[in-house]
Amino acid sequence: MSTSFRFDPAELPPAAEELRQEVRAFLRQEAEAGTYSPHDGKGGFSREFSRKVGARGWIGMTWPKKYGGHERSQLERYVVTEELLAAHAPTRAHSTADRQSGPVILRYGQEEVRQRILPRIAAGELCFCIGLSEPNSGSDVFAASTRATKTDGGWLVNGRKIWTSNAHQADYMIALLRTSPPTKENRRHGLTQFLVEMKTPGITTRPIINLVGGHDFNEVVFDDAFLPDSHLIGEVDMAWKQATDELAYERSGPDRWIETLAALTELVRVAGEEPSERMAEGIGRQIAHLATLRRMSLSVAGMLQAGKTPAVEAAVVKDLGTNFEQALPDKVRLLAPPPSDAQPDANDDRFEEALRYTTLIAPKLTIQGGTREVLRGIIARGLGLR
Amino acid sequence: MSDNIDNIIVDTATRIFQDLCEPATINNAETGVWPKALWDALEESGLPLAWVPEALGGPGATMADGFAVLRAAGRFAVPAPLAETLMAGWLLARAGITAPAGAMTLAPVHADGHITLDREGRLSGRARRVPFARNAGHFAVLVRRGGVPAVALVADAGVAVSHQQSLSGEPRDTVSFDGVVPETVAPVELDEDVIQRLGAAVRSQQMAGALEKILEQSVQWALDRSQFGRPIAKFQAVQHNLAALAGEVAAAGAAADLAAEACTGTEIGTAEIAIAKVRAGEAAGSGAAIAHQVHGAMGFTYEHTLHHATRRLWAWREEFGNEAVWATRLGRMVAERGADQLWPFITEAS
Repeated sequence: MSTSFRFDPAELPPAAEELRQEVRAFLRQEAEAGTYSPHDGKGGFSREFSRKVGARGWIGMTWPKKYGGHERSQLERYVVTEELLAAHAPTRAHSTADRQSGPVILRYGQEEVRQRILPRIAAGELCFCIGLSEPNSGSDVFAASTRATKTDGGWLVNGRKIWTSNAHQADYMIALLRTSPPTKENRRHGLTQFLVEMKTPGITTRPIINLVGGHDFNEVVFDDAFLPDSHLIGEVDMAWKQATDELAYERSGPDRWIETLAALTELVRVAGEEPSERMAEGIGRQIAHLATLRRMSLSVAGMLQAGKTPAVEAAVVKDLGTNFEQALPDKVRLLAPPPSDAQPDANDDRFEEALRYTTLIAPKLTIQGGTREVLRGIIARGLGLR
Repeated sequence: MSDNIDNIIVDTATRIFQDLCEPATINNAETGVWPKALWDALEESGLPLAWVPEALGGPGATMADGFAVLRAAGRFAVPAPLAETLMAGWLLARAGITAPAGAMTLAPVHADGHITLDREGRLSGRARRVPFARNAGHFAVLVRRGGVPAVALVADAGVAVSHQQSLSGEPRDTVSFDGVVPETVAPVELDEDVIQRLGAAVRSQQMAGALEKILEQSVQWALDRSQFGRPIAKFQAVQHNLAALAGEVAAAGAAADLAAEACTGTEIGTAEIAIAKVRAGEAAGSGAAIAHQVHGAMGFTYEHTLHHATRRLWAWREEFGNEAVWATRLGRMVAERGADQLWPFITEAS
């Protein structure tokens, strides 16, 4: 009997390595053109950049061509994703749509919506947000209470969503809405996924500023907002069946261990070619974790390629990855040269900013997209303990 | 390791371990009782010489096969020089020397090891903490002859061995080669640290196997042991600890595989091995701690078998360079290439 989870190696085909070089060349080009700053370390929001990425065929890569996709492999998609993320390129305008919303529509959306929406996502024209959390339901996703009530030709939505990243910039939301009460047999029954156009009358978005001083989160209030019948995704009351696939997509990628990488990169830059033994050891420790995580992410991509739904393996990578990226700024801090009265150069400034930013965002990393506690519960179930 | 690898070799090894590597065998080995039935079965299967190519009279199995066997050996806490004989066979083969039958080990195992061969063909030098030296019929020794590296096949007769043990109760002896004449010597084109690198890859694999074992044991323990009216597996604190352990086990396995892939008949990849030894070494420590915590007092007894794995984890993580040594080396490699090459380094080395 084996309790251990397998992360078999995924071999990248030559086409994928060529693609990697293409993406790197594209990024160099864009950096030179000043479209984005490779040393920013934060990855931002840029519709223009997303359109360029879409024009290169790097959004919706695995989707059918008839919906604007490119029918490329999961491994090729993985390569593009990791290169863009490692460069901290501004992918926020399209990443959610590419990673989650698009696949959900592809799998469960109605044909009219697929044809209308998916090609535009692939072109980098559409930004999506995810309407899941509410003031009274975060980790307990299926306790959501924002209601969708059946009416003529559609549904009326009332309630509120919170912590909705990018809602203020999104064109659409995939929302989890209550269409029926839960049953005794299944407390997850009664929730339905819908496509929501953010410009719909009755939808108000209010910013929630985070402790970094940034505007990412929002509260979205629904007051008799109308959704047409065509915006129903999947079956009424059955969202709980549709959720599992999403987890493998959402939880396994490099975005779950790369968000604080800039702190390490900039440390290496200020360390110079011959760092002290202590600094070298500290850097090496983190590199060992990073390389292992990358290998595991790649392995999960390989499993997706093979048509599996490695939900537990994805949770393992996400737990390991987010714990690593959360701890990284503090480890880097203790390896950094001490503060000095000497005049800082550009590298020093960049390091200081990278450390500042990554330290401030660290707490959210084991909360967003599934808390550490929820992930460990999933893993425990996978071990047969629950 | 992938399902696609020839499993017959691993199956053979696993069956031998299952049949002949029982807790009593392991405990007896700690008191100096040679596990004869186990070793004889291994020799008969050809496994200890798996890395010796057919051209030199060996089974000529792949490096991957050997590493898969070592993973299983780690899982079963095999108290015999299987890993060491495999490595010795590899080293001898690199020098074109036919491997003898019987248990072998290699020397020196420390980074500052220094065994020399003089013009009269006599060795001088000492190696400490040589695994299973007292059980070895032969030693594969990396020597310097006139400043040039060579491999010497040394029979045990005339070699002075003084006994010490590792944390896991296995032999880690001091060997004096002074005045000894090897059976064979041949030059070899290998870096001085080749034993460190190969050894690190091997120990990473063994640790990955031992970690799989303690995860299995810990999950089963949590399901079987009841307190407060229910299995302790039902407590969230225990579930989360085991989830964390599962993560460490998975990471160690992935890292060990990475190192194994970087070892071919001729090449031993440094970056991959450094990554593996650091990551698996860390997992060994954190994993053993969780396993013991879950097992409570029972797991702290000699009678319970948990210590067969955990003591080996504590011993193996220190051998052929611990996490600090390999992390420093890895950090230097990355710093030398520069910050803009950090990401390319990751994609190349993983």
